[in-house]
Amino acid sequence: MGHYLETDVLTIGAGGAGMYAAISAAEAGAQVLLLDKSVIGRSGATIMAQMTVAAAIGEEEPDDWRFHLKDTITAGRGLVDEPLAEILCRDAPARIWQMEEWGVGWARKGNHITQAHAPGHDRNRCVYVDFLNTGPASSRTLRNQVRRHDTVRRISDLMVTDLVIQDGQAAGAVALHLETGQAVTIAAKATVIAAGGLTSLYGRNSASANMGGDSFALGLRAGAELIDMEFVQFFPIGHLAPRLIGMDPIMWDPFRYKLGGRLLNGEGAEFTQNYGTAEDGKYVVTRDTATYAIYKEVEAGRGSPHGGAWLSFEHIPDADLRAAFGPVIDRLGAAGIDLTKMAIEVYPIAHYHMGGLRVDNTLATTVPNLFAAGEAVGGANGANRLSGNAITEAFVFGELAGRSAATMAKGTPAPDIRDAAKPYISVIGNAAAKTSDGPSPTAAIAALKDLLQREVGPFRTGIGLNRALDAIAKMTTALPEMPTGDPAPFNQQLADWLGLRNMLVVAQSIATAALARTESRGAHQREDHPGLEEAWTNNQVMRLVGDELQLSRHEVRRLAGGEKLS
Amino acid sequence: MSDSQSTNLKIRRGGPEGPVQYEHFDFAFEDGQSVLDALRWIRGNRDASLAVRYSCINANACKECVIRIDGRTGYACTTPLQAGEMLIEPLPNKRLIRDLVTDTLPPDERLTKP
Repeated sequence: MGHYLETDVLTIGAGGAGMYAAISAAEAGAQVLLLDKSVIGRSGATIMAQMTVAAAIGEEEPDDWRFHLKDTITAGRGLVDEPLAEILCRDAPARIWQMEEWGVGWARKGNHITQAHAPGHDRNRCVYVDFLNTGPASSRTLRNQVRRHDTVRRISDLMVTDLVIQDGQAAGAVALHLETGQAVTIAAKATVIAAGGLTSLYGRNSASANMGGDSFALGLRAGAELIDMEFVQFFPIGHLAPRLIGMDPIMWDPFRYKLGGRLLNGEGAEFTQNYGTAEDGKYVVTRDTATYAIYKEVEAGRGSPHGGAWLSFEHIPDADLRAAFGPVIDRLGAAGIDLTKMAIEVYPIAHYHMGGLRVDNTLATTVPNLFAAGEAVGGANGANRLSGNAITEAFVFGELAGRSAATMAKGTPAPDIRDAAKPYISVIGNAAAKTSDGPSPTAAIAALKDLLQREVGPFRTGIGLNRALDAIAKMTTALPEMPTGDPAPFNQQLADWLGLRNMLVVAQSIATAALARTESRGAHQREDHPGLEEAWTNNQVMRLVGDELQLSRHEVRRLAGGEKLS
Repeated sequence: MSDSQSTNLKIRRGGPEGPVQYEHFDFAFEDGQSVLDALRWIRGNRDASLAVRYSCINANACKECVIRIDGRTGYACTTPLQAGEMLIEPLPNKRLIRDLVTDTLPPDERLTKP
């Protein structure tokens, strides 16, 4: 039977959201099991976030969470789940102060926390940790806090492969222990999915290796609903060239805000004004507009040598560069990059997923006893996420999901899932027994990423999406024959097989939703359906019925007028 | 831009039991590419069974890809490839699990506590 573990609250994924959920569930009195398929607090998106965290703490200038909410709703192009966004913006200041109390060390100017401006915000609202250290500092702080709770058990190298549903409720999970190859069963009164987004499904991305959409595949197979799966945010100025290692590819963004880096085409001219928003030295161009402008400029033959745009800081005095970049300027120098003398090349890369698990105001999914946190949650950012809201979401939704799950666990008897887990244990056993000499799942993952980058990127056509769906269907048919190598310990080929199983259904869900939405809005741009259509101001909701993904359209949840500032 | 060069990675394979084995893999690279770039390429194109820990790929944030490179401890993601031969081994002072993967987990984050 292998290992059988029991807990009140199971948290799947130990990035920012999962760790915050574990802390708040423990503080609410629950026994917690915190799992990660990689290493606790080191994998996932949070640790890679070098940027900023949006919260209306009013340290830099007077602010109110309602202003933050207004900006979030505006950025989301009509599709923001307003009650969720309200929770996000309202609770953000408390989380920022709690992290400060825990010693994260937000950057300060004199006696107050510094808040930077980021596009789409009406004022200076975004806190950070110098230099480029927001994510690592947040992860370290949360790791330390998790360790203070004896009631949180942490296990790394444990890859959840399926949720176990019993009597219509989430009752735990089955997982593969990478080191030994054993199946592990975890019975849980309540479960939190905090396994992040899906950006590593794309060839060019800013993600860690393990952001392959596990949250959504686990949810779908368990019967949960997903929302807004067509909205994948591309980060406009991901690093393209020259080759730069040991740095986050999205690192240029804060410097562009702080210093005013200029975005130029291959002819050395500013160009975003031709696509709706001029830079005007204020850098107010939102992400979707910048992504579109760079794609179109490259398409028109006005790209930089590697097929992107130039980002230039050459007009900034050396002393100002050094003050803003700090030690980073020396790391760039070691890589042969002198910003006073050269521009670097940038290109849009997959960065964040707006869609995700459909939840209510307690972050409960549509499956009883199953919750979601962080990027796994869909809806709060609509069709386009405001800069700075991702780590906010990890903190706020992590804290709330942990609390909600602990409350749910209190009223739930401990489930016994020894029988219910058997079919899911067989999935692992069957996968491990595949010894054909066909192409490896590891190679197939690379092919899938190229496919999505090409056909399901920020600019889509019906023809391309259909091509993608056909190719995904073929790969899904081929999956059972893909080999998983010898059953030695730490079999990453088996982990790749199980990961690809998730990636395929998630890729299908993105392409299916994108094909159905015959308009262009925010991060979803249909070249064959340009322009936003009022009639499409709906969320698309998806569920898995048998092998079929079923889509339906739902009204966007709105707040009553009173909570909003106009 | 930069010229393509070639390296030959001599990689220690296998688990704690049995004789010490090395396998050789050729990889053509451009200036700036890392040891992890080569290891990931080998997994995708030559031998998917090669075991190596990594998560963040490029950011040197997760610190998971620490291995032994030409006899020195370093991160695969920040060590540039060099022309000629490079010796790639697991950490010598940690329990070997498979290939380049060693038991680098904190003791209280394991499934079975020691």
